[in-house]
Amino acid sequence: MSKFKTKVLVSMVSAALVLTACAQVNEKLASGGAKAESTKSQLPVIQAVLTHAPDVPAPITRKYSAKVVINLETQEKVMRMADGVDYMFWTFGGQVPGKFMRIREGDEVEFNLSNSPDSKMPHNIDLHAVTGPGGGAASSFTAPGHTSTFSFKALNPGLYVYHCATAPVGMHIGNGMYGLILVEPKAGLPKVDREYYVMQGDFYTKGKYGEAGLQPFDMEKAIKEQPDYVVFNGSVGALNGEKALTAKVGESVRLFVGNGGPNLVSSFHVIGEIFDKVYVEGGATENKNVQTTLIPAGGAAIAEFKVDVPGTFIMVDHSIFRAFNKGALGMLKVTGPEDKIIYSGKQADKVYLPEGSAAQSIDNKQTAETDKVLSKDEQIAQGKHVFESNCLACHQANGEGIPNAFPPLAKSDFLNADHNRAIGILLNGRSGPITVNGKNFDSIMPAIALSSSQIANALTYVLNSFGNNGGQVTAAQVDKQRKVAPSTSNSEHG
Amino acid sequence: MANVTAGEYRPLFLSTDSPVVNVSSFRIDKAPVTNREFQNFVEKNPKWQRNAVPSLFAEQTYLSHWVDTDSKSAPNPTDFEKPVIYVSWYAAQSYCQAQQKRLPTVAEWEYVAQASFIQKDGSQEKGYNQKILDWYAKASKQTPSDVGKDEPNFWGVHNMHGLIWEWTEDFNSNLISGESRDDSSVNKELYCASGSAGAVNPSDYAAFMRYGFRSSLNAKFTLGSLGFRCAQDGND
Repeated sequence: MSKFKTKVLVSMVSAALVLTACAQVNEKLASGGAKAESTKSQLPVIQAVLTHAPDVPAPITRKYSAKVVINLETQEKVMRMADGVDYMFWTFGGQVPGKFMRIREGDEVEFNLSNSPDSKMPHNIDLHAVTGPGGGAASSFTAPGHTSTFSFKALNPGLYVYHCATAPVGMHIGNGMYGLILVEPKAGLPKVDREYYVMQGDFYTKGKYGEAGLQPFDMEKAIKEQPDYVVFNGSVGALNGEKALTAKVGESVRLFVGNGGPNLVSSFHVIGEIFDKVYVEGGATENKNVQTTLIPAGGAAIAEFKVDVPGTFIMVDHSIFRAFNKGALGMLKVTGPEDKIIYSGKQADKVYLPEGSAAQSIDNKQTAETDKVLSKDEQIAQGKHVFESNCLACHQANGEGIPNAFPPLAKSDFLNADHNRAIGILLNGRSGPITVNGKNFDSIMPAIALSSSQIANALTYVLNSFGNNGGQVTAAQVDKQRKVAPSTSNSEHG
Repeated sequence: MANVTAGEYRPLFLSTDSPVVNVSSFRIDKAPVTNREFQNFVEKNPKWQRNAVPSLFAEQTYLSHWVDTDSKSAPNPTDFEKPVIYVSWYAAQSYCQAQQKRLPTVAEWEYVAQASFIQKDGSQEKGYNQKILDWYAKASKQTPSDVGKDEPNFWGVHNMHGLIWEWTEDFNSNLISGESRDDSSVNKELYCASGSAGAVNPSDYAAFMRYGFRSSLNAKFTLGSLGFRCAQDGND
């Protein structure tokens, strides 16, 4: 009897204790001071600084472990995939790749994952730097407009991928939900002059590469692993032109390179550089003098090199059609004095004419003719595409060409003077000196393997653009020129 | 309400040889509950006023799109015919009970949702899934438009896709945990997918996303893209 009473009393007391404890926690939550309550750790608390690619947070200089608080928000937003092409990206922090996190081996991390109220989907995060089931995925599963909190201890140093692991996983990753977390070894990484964050990803859109408009995700292409886009840092050209990475001659550069996938493995290469050191797969193994390093989907690598000469160094996935046809191309621009011993630049350029044809031909095959007769406006519209994919690279988007190399098509006296001659050049190529708008050129244009209607459309477009005199070239005209022997004259003047 | 005759339904995420779910005949609201309808309910049941509801039954964003007037809050008149959002499961269930109705089950909801304009199961029709996926791919920034403006499906029901997410009675009975790739171990008999490996075809992704979404909810959650409609046993 008395035993029973004691038991009841004990449970009543513990119930009261639990209630009190609850009240305390609630008070702390209300005053925003719940952090200390969540673990018993006595470590100093540090708010993590996160950066968008290509930036990397500053190296960690402290020599002790800390409790690092990381706040990250998942956002779904429409952004640029390529010029004229938009995509609904799902992101960690509002950009692809997700924000870069930098912590130190032995740190205890309090992770707060918030899902924007504007999100349509729930999201979570699986950090490969976490030791524990799911890498944090189940603990961080978060509905729109909510925040999940979990903690982990960074046991292993290295460069790790993090990504969303909400069903359907492939789609969440395929929409851009990945990033990198660096766990610096206790001793730190050797000092370098520049650090950058580059992450590759493959994308699957309903429309083909370059097809304009807001492109929806294509699940079938994703399952077949046939991406339309393979890009660095979330879009075509994210590291090109003004957005190129920069360095000065003599500086050391460290690239933190990740591969979010979802499908492809990256053969990461910087054209014209040799990696002095690669931390293979982002781990402790150091490889030296590496040309191309393999980065698995859901993996990373750290590549270091000293830049010795100025110029633009192109970063590619050396599965090379991805670089030139799907977007996996970035730039590192190095400025400073030349070193002609290490690299001379071009020392000579002479015309080389093997026996036979006067100019090389890209492809002799005739593409099928379309029978349909187009109006002039239709010709101009279609010709624009032909121009953009065949002529623009040399003659430039504005038709101005490049001084001393590629003659202008804009306001071109040479072009406007003789349409048949222009047709002949497209059909047969051209080499040797010419004068256009008073400037002399001496270079080679290869014959372009286009159908008669494509040539007609391209010329009609050019004649009606760039301040030219107008006019129209028909496929029949081109056919006629096909039967004329190629001009043998080596010098003509406009 | 629309009458829905009994039938079979195979949850889209199951493999083709998995058992189907039987759905008895029932009635379901032709459109999601609107702000005006929910306002009428709140007028009669003041305990569901925004400032009266206990935090146990609804989060602080409950009806946050309504405007405060005096001691009450009410929807903006331009929002009367838009679906009510920012409602918790408790509030939704309570509303339905007040009409002698209940929330539809996941199976009922999915059964109605797989109808196209012309047949009970339109899920294999061209374009059926793309329309759904297109909506899933849009963020929820804009407030939804008025209910009942789209073409009704086979059952005469509007807005099953493309307007809002909807509460279901047993939303939390899903077999998807936060760790979706480990779900195969939750119930191997029913759930053949690790992530999505067991999906019948790519169109299952639309259903995956609904199941994934429901799994992330707690009954007191109130979201800007989440509303509801009611159902009732039996048939006329």
